[in-house]
Amino acid sequence: MLNYIIRRILYAVPIIIGVNVLTAVLFFYVNTPEDMARKILGDKNVTPEAIENWKTDHGYDLPAFINTAEGGVRTLTQTIFYQKSVPLLWLDFGRSDRNNIDISGEIRTRMWPSLAISLPMFMAGLAVNLFLAMMLAYYRATYIDIWGVVAAVALMSVSTLFYIIGGQFILGKVLKLFPISGYDTGLDSLKFLVLPIIIGILASIGSGVRFYRTVFLEEINKDYVRTARAKGLTEGSVLFKHAMKNAMIPVLTNVVVSIPFLFYGSLILETFFAIPGLGNFTIDAIQAQDFAIVRSMVFLGSILYIAGLILTDISYTLVDPRVRFE
Amino acid sequence: MPVILATDLIVYFIVASIIYFAFAARGEGAAAAAWRSLKKNRLALLCMAILGLYLFVALLDSVRYRDPVTGEDGAPVKTADGREVWSPQALSLLERSLSGMMTNTEKTYSAPFADKLFAKESIELPDGTTARDYPKLRHPGNHWLGTDKVGSDVLFTALKGVRTAIVIGAGTTLIIVPFAIFFGVMAGYYGGFIDDAVQYIYTTLASIPGVLLIVAFMLLFGTTGFQGGLITDSQLDFGVFIFNDRLFWLALILGITSWTDLCRLIRGETLKLRELEYVQASKAFGVRSPGIIYRHIVPNLMHLVLITFVLQFSGLVLAEAILSYIGIGVGPQMGSWGNMINTARLELSRDPVVWWNLLAAFVFMFGLVLPANIFGDAVRDALDPRLRYK
Repeated sequence: MLNYIIRRILYAVPIIIGVNVLTAVLFFYVNTPEDMARKILGDKNVTPEAIENWKTDHGYDLPAFINTAEGGVRTLTQTIFYQKSVPLLWLDFGRSDRNNIDISGEIRTRMWPSLAISLPMFMAGLAVNLFLAMMLAYYRATYIDIWGVVAAVALMSVSTLFYIIGGQFILGKVLKLFPISGYDTGLDSLKFLVLPIIIGILASIGSGVRFYRTVFLEEINKDYVRTARAKGLTEGSVLFKHAMKNAMIPVLTNVVVSIPFLFYGSLILETFFAIPGLGNFTIDAIQAQDFAIVRSMVFLGSILYIAGLILTDISYTLVDPRVRFE
Repeated sequence: MPVILATDLIVYFIVASIIYFAFAARGEGAAAAAWRSLKKNRLALLCMAILGLYLFVALLDSVRYRDPVTGEDGAPVKTADGREVWSPQALSLLERSLSGMMTNTEKTYSAPFADKLFAKESIELPDGTTARDYPKLRHPGNHWLGTDKVGSDVLFTALKGVRTAIVIGAGTTLIIVPFAIFFGVMAGYYGGFIDDAVQYIYTTLASIPGVLLIVAFMLLFGTTGFQGGLITDSQLDFGVFIFNDRLFWLALILGITSWTDLCRLIRGETLKLRELEYVQASKAFGVRSPGIIYRHIVPNLMHLVLITFVLQFSGLVLAEAILSYIGIGVGPQMGSWGNMINTARLELSRDPVVWWNLLAAFVFMFGLVLPANIFGDAVRDALDPRLRYK
């Protein structure tokens, strides 16, 4: 088992390096430090000296990938790529371009508000989706099922933006159940968290229920379920003791991949509700055109995704005895 | 004088492929079989009709030409060397047929079908005194969905968003299909090192969160292209084309982040097809690999392409709105439902509430995405009931 995990992590190394090189090419080669400096200092009335000063201050005064002025190892180390992009591999994110803030520190403080909405949203959303999907599978081919699927397709045809705007309007402004947006520390934050969590779950119901329903139905049509029925088991026992247990395998693999991403929060929800999480941080950086932060967040997102894939593979071998550690 | 944007070419291409499929469906091949099973589904046919209506609006909005500049006497103005001068504005057929809607602007907000403005102003009465009241509209009753903050007709803005949505939803997949087929077939058919390389490329690309990759690309490339509005001569290629079109870049970038799924599917299917008897038989007869790929592999992948095309459509339309909302989608001058939502997001917190902007964007988006979802499912069931998407 340990062998398998180690090998699986080693497989991920070339991909992480690939992402690192790709982001470096995008951010240092295609978009040169001159472009960056000009965007940050303002496009007009920038003297070449000001650009050079900015580049020296922020460590962009080196060649992008190969420094021909240096000899030996320093040809490769005295470059923007080595100084700025390679440290990302050991999660040293450096400082931001605009305000010179410590990105790693910012990530460490901001990941908690992100987690505070994404974790409950994930757990409760999963429970609601699974429950509704089980209902539809139980009442399959009846009017409950047909209208349930119609409702799910309709729900997934609505843009997330409308869920947020409509939710803020109805639950926040008209019914005055929750504050419309904001954040606080400690237990006071609870009242700010409920509304984004409810809206996030609502937005996920359509596609979630539809997906899990197909998973359940696929399982219900298998031979062993027919055998269980032929033995004379009740419908409830067939569904919940036999079919659902096995259906949990595809459900689990679908769910595990998103667990690391919970740290990342949600771009849109956090901006609308003014929650000082990582999603909000990223959107602010995009609008301020702070490339150091955007680059860090791209890389962090990739690492979390790859971690999710590894976790998925591991959980697969744990729950499904047919899968062997090859 | 016609002006053709890169995205106009995409719209023409979409229409041409649909006509091609319509002809293919009359024959005896796989397309005809799929059409026979699709025809039984009345709901899917209704959805197809709605999608056709949207596509028609998009096509009208993609045929545009410039008028000659005329002098005060109505005669066309000529330059010193006798060339005609063209107006910097290329109006599309849609804009020309709805020119009343485009130019009938008001001062600011007005409710649907209203004959008075939404906000009170000081008006001078006929007897010389002034009073605070709702001023009369310049075009009372003509704005079916009201007007927005700067007084333009909301129905017109929403109609202008149709083309953007169609280009993003359908054009994105069209742009990437050749690449996905090429790499997927190469990887699946030849295997070995090529397979490893292709798999490495798409795994790496897929592991970067889509939104952030799009953001990075748009921040870097998307700032220059044509964003709607007035045309300058420097933007024109060969006198009539505009290739540097921001919407085209957006579609391309969305494509780069979404081709990996299709490529993976095609690779898997090619692996399967490669081992089938008829492919083995052609090999035994000495047919070369390119011939086998062209005659036997690619035609049998087309159902995957079509399914991906219809299933990705709705997701891409929704993604465009979110990107425009973040401010990295199409430019502010380009009609887009995301831009409408973005400018209207605070209108529900006004008192009294301004609701028609958001409602228009909602209805137009829902009216496109819902039929697209239903039609996509129907096409998938007709072509390949076993294929299930996450």
